[in-house]
Amino acid sequence: MSMLEINKLSKSFGGFEVLKNISFSVEKGQAVSIIGPSGSGKSTLLRIVNQLEKADGGSISICGIPMITCDDSGRAVYANSKTLREVRLKIGLVFQNFNLFPHFTVLRNITEAPVCVLGMDKKEAEERAMKLLCKMNLSSKANEYPCNLSGGQQQRVSIARALALNPDMLFFDEPTSALDPELTGEILKVIKALAQAEMTMVIVTHEMAFAKEVSDRVIFMDKGVIIENGTPEEVFEKSENERTKQFLQRYNNP
Amino acid sequence: MTTQDIINVTGILLNYLVPTLKLFGFTLLFSIPLGMIAAMLKMCRFKPISWLTNIYILIMRGTPLMLQVIAVYYIIPYLKLAEGLPKPIASILAGIDIRSENYMFYAVLAAFSLNYAAYFAEIFRGGIESIPKGQYEAAAALGFTKTQTFFRIILPQVVKRIVPASSNEVITLVKDTSIANVVAYAEITLKARQQMQVYSSLLPLVIAGVFYFILATLLTFLFSFIEKKLSYYR
Repeated sequence: MSMLEINKLSKSFGGFEVLKNISFSVEKGQAVSIIGPSGSGKSTLLRIVNQLEKADGGSISICGIPMITCDDSGRAVYANSKTLREVRLKIGLVFQNFNLFPHFTVLRNITEAPVCVLGMDKKEAEERAMKLLCKMNLSSKANEYPCNLSGGQQQRVSIARALALNPDMLFFDEPTSALDPELTGEILKVIKALAQAEMTMVIVTHEMAFAKEVSDRVIFMDKGVIIENGTPEEVFEKSENERTKQFLQRYNNP
Repeated sequence: MTTQDIINVTGILLNYLVPTLKLFGFTLLFSIPLGMIAAMLKMCRFKPISWLTNIYILIMRGTPLMLQVIAVYYIIPYLKLAEGLPKPIASILAGIDIRSENYMFYAVLAAFSLNYAAYFAEIFRGGIESIPKGQYEAAAALGFTKTQTFFRIILPQVVKRIVPASSNEVITLVKDTSIANVVAYAEITLKARQQMQVYSSLLPLVIAGVFYFILATLLTFLFSFIEKKLSYYR
């Protein structure tokens, strides 16, 4: 069963087509990277899957649950709110600029959702949060406020926060774009460890070397269309497509 | 005025600190939630509601509080004089005793609350709109409901951001209570004016001024304390 199945997804902003007929699927345990120039629709795609943006057409299923189906004319029809909620809790999202809650400590940032949303016991949530922080090498920061953390530390907290809900799949929206190169490495290391633990992931990224190394599959998007969808080797080395070659060249010889 | 006179006047004014603080306290009690509601209505996506709220805020902020106090105070007496009112309304009006002490307090309180709610509404709206969109999105992605998001994530951050602006309003309010003397609500300023005539001296007004000054200073300290308490994060 596919963890994520997207079919003929389309989205326009005021007449401008951001996504055109996007179809792909992600299998359990796969790490899929989405690369492409700015404005190619990568983030919009992620935002639609995470219900932060509404699709116009097409269908999406998450863990086999239809989240959006399309009617005869291809228009997107959303599932009822109960299903949407169920689907939402199966996936987690890590933002480019972390979006931690500044008024909560690191620990509370991680425990708030499990306690309030899943109804988990506070003690249990805290124990789990401490384990996650330990994995992120941040146990000593549990009682700090986000403003006292470096960008890399904040992003690791936000990954822990997403993991605390035990999602079946994790989405990353340019997780290192707001970080300086020195801090980028620590985030990539965390994501790599998750990939090794066979977490199903979709990563929008501009880190080509990382995408090549960590992903099972790479999707190259441009102007709202998927141009490549293959193994890293297929996309990075064997692509015959002019646009792909042109884009990758700029990254290889900046 | 002798020292004894000053002590006497201070004693009298001290008694009228209670109605001043009563008006101050109840105005805050009503205008803050009312302001919150007005802020929500102004941000309402259904435009007519937003416009109506806007008109209310415009009028309240665009006309003097003193005028509003007089208008609210006299609206019921004038309505009582009006003829041809529907029976139910007329009978409600007949039940209101405009000579009672309570009527005066309620009228002044209503005018003050409506006025201050308009100012608080703008402060709250500014505070709510200053919270980055990412906070809503993070909360949504984590599965928080809209209500949980507002009360757990947004509102606590709004409170911190609006403390400085609110402290201005609150300090102004303690001094604005003196406006109630225009309809003869017995508070510090009204009594100070009476004592001024009794003694043919400005000193009672000075004493009243000291009262307001002390109250405003206490509030200033209180708010800087609150600001410090909330500065545990940026």
